[in-house]
Amino acid sequence: MNIVECTNVKKIYQQDKLEVRALNDVSLSIKKGDFIAIAGPSGSGKTTLLNIIGGLDVADSGRVLVDGNVLSTMSQTELATLRLRKVGFVFQAYNLILVLSALENVEFVMLLQGVPSSERRERAKAILDDVGLSDMYDRRPAELSGGQQQRVAVARAIVSNPSIVLADEPTANLDSKTGASLLEMMEHMNEKKHVTFIFSTHDKMVMNYAHRLVSLRDGQVVDDQVHER
Amino acid sequence: MSIDIKMAWRNIWRNPRRSILTISAIAFASLLLVFMLSWQLGSYDTMINSVLKIHTGHLQVQAEGYKDKRSIRLVVPKPTAVSAILDKTPGVAAYTFRANAFSLVSSEERTYGAMVVGIDPAREVNISTLKKVVREGSYLSEEDTNKALVGELLAKNLQVGLGDELVVLGQGRDGSIAATVVKVKGIYSSGLDEFDRSSLHITLKNFQDVYTMHGAVHELVALGKSLEDVPEIKKAVATGIEKMDKKHRLVALDWMELMPGLIQGIKIDLVGGFIFYIILIVVVAFSILNTFLMAIFERKREFGVLMAIGTTPWRLTKLLLIESAIITMVGIVSGIIAGSLVTWYFQVHGIVISGASELMKQFGIPERMYPQLSVLSVSIGSGLVLVITFLTALYPALKVRRLRPVEAMRSV
Ligand SMILES: Nc1ncnc2c1ncn2[C@@H]1O[C@H](COP(=O)(O)OP(=O)(O)O)[C@@H](O)[C@H]1O
Ligand SMILES: [Mg+2]
Repeated sequence: MNIVECTNVKKIYQQDKLEVRALNDVSLSIKKGDFIAIAGPSGSGKTTLLNIIGGLDVADSGRVLVDGNVLSTMSQTELATLRLRKVGFVFQAYNLILVLSALENVEFVMLLQGVPSSERRERAKAILDDVGLSDMYDRRPAELSGGQQQRVAVARAIVSNPSIVLADEPTANLDSKTGASLLEMMEHMNEKKHVTFIFSTHDKMVMNYAHRLVSLRDGQVVDDQVHER
Repeated sequence: MSIDIKMAWRNIWRNPRRSILTISAIAFASLLLVFMLSWQLGSYDTMINSVLKIHTGHLQVQAEGYKDKRSIRLVVPKPTAVSAILDKTPGVAAYTFRANAFSLVSSEERTYGAMVVGIDPAREVNISTLKKVVREGSYLSEEDTNKALVGELLAKNLQVGLGDELVVLGQGRDGSIAATVVKVKGIYSSGLDEFDRSSLHITLKNFQDVYTMHGAVHELVALGKSLEDVPEIKKAVATGIEKMDKKHRLVALDWMELMPGLIQGIKIDLVGGFIFYIILIVVVAFSILNTFLMAIFERKREFGVLMAIGTTPWRLTKLLLIESAIITMVGIVSGIIAGSLVTWYFQVHGIVISGASELMKQFGIPERMYPQLSVLSVSIGSGLVLVITFLTALYPALKVRRLRPVEAMRSV
């Protein structure tokens, strides 16, 4: 079953008087439970693609289906609700909420979902334990290293059991060792919880972790292969 | 504590200086409003009481139509029947009888028209400040016949002093000519120019003889124990006099009906005050607006993230409104406390005002005034601040809904 289906997706940015074809006719199907990398050099359209799949941005043309929902017909509130229930985001710059502790950051998503507070707390602790932060519950983002912050971000993204987690260059700000261990953790979560991961990267080492590798260049899919490790 | 509220609280203290400034602005506005409203409402109480004490009392019983026509024939024929009702009405502190007749008053030099008022000297003391404002000579006594108290300005116009004689010429109740000669026993100055220029007081007994009143009077003037008792008293007295003589209908009039100008003056003063208050609050509102717009501008990226992880626009609005509600509440509560303390200090010690306002001068208000803390004076101002800051906070809180996550996250 396909959890994401993009058909002839186009996105054109107007920069000064120049047209930038960020996505030029991209079609892509992603199966549930996959662990997939979108690879390509800087400017190839990775972020644009992930944002469109996650409903943060809208395609100019083409169709995007996420877990059966046609994104182009949805309002901002509906998109936010879809993201809340079905999509987790991990960003290159971590983007945790600075005034909340690690535990509260993870809880916040469940608060939005209306999960009762005791259950919220239990689940947040369990997931932080899973990502290896069992003694960091009460630290604020400023008191955590980059790798630890990104682990909190992954925990926040997967705690509500979304259909997909979109991670835009999650290791770009980390050294290679920390990056590798983050990916191992993500892979482990993918296997344990059957969460679909879609992450972008331009790093060969990171690509090696992917079970499927989609290569983008100038807004077009130039290669798509199942990856043998 | 819920995460929402925790988050709002911590966000407020991310920029402590700005938040404290905003809270102070709100607190200061509330403080000022509590004080000024207490002052304003308190001065009305003083004003009303001092005016009513020289003039109309809290309540009068008169013949129907007397207030407008002032005809000497519209009398209360049996004053004792009415006083019996007043005696039985709870809340009545004191009452007296008066009779009035517009007459010509002549000295050797000049003639002026004036209101000749017959008073019961003993009872009058409990009702009005007339005795206290006699500056020259002395107050009337029960037995004084053909002796008069004259307003200072009237005395000046007539060019008379203590002991001088005045000829009074008017029309009696029965239509006959009423004429007498009175000696100036005292000169009073109430501070109300109108009153001091056009009135002259003699004893009620004397008046009834001269104007052939046959025991009738024009007004029963009553004071309640407090201004708040007046509506109750009025109701009781009105039902009492309803049952009396059908031919000579009587009415009970409260001070607002007797002195419509006073209420009008107060209303105008209130409106003036409120214009000032609104300006004050609008200034504060702009400072709040500035705080919230800055906060949104600085935290755009964070709002983008919140939206990306599934916060709906409404939820974002709610988060911001919680923040502004906390700031507003902290400001208002501290403003009310500080304002009440300041007001309470002056309520005990009073404030001396040198350049009294026109309205106050006109009604002869004492120099030392006392603000009056009340539920009303505390709640009106802070309520206004609450409503206006909420409306102000609504704008940025709704504006944030127009943010698009991608653009918001791109900003630093
Ligand atoms: N908001 C924007 N305005 C104009 N051009 C943009 C905007 N966002 C992205 N682009 C352009 O679209 C192309 C794809 O960008 P992006 O998706 O960010 O690539 P990647 O994430 O692979 O580096 C780039 O050429 C970029 O300059
Ligand atoms: Mg990118």
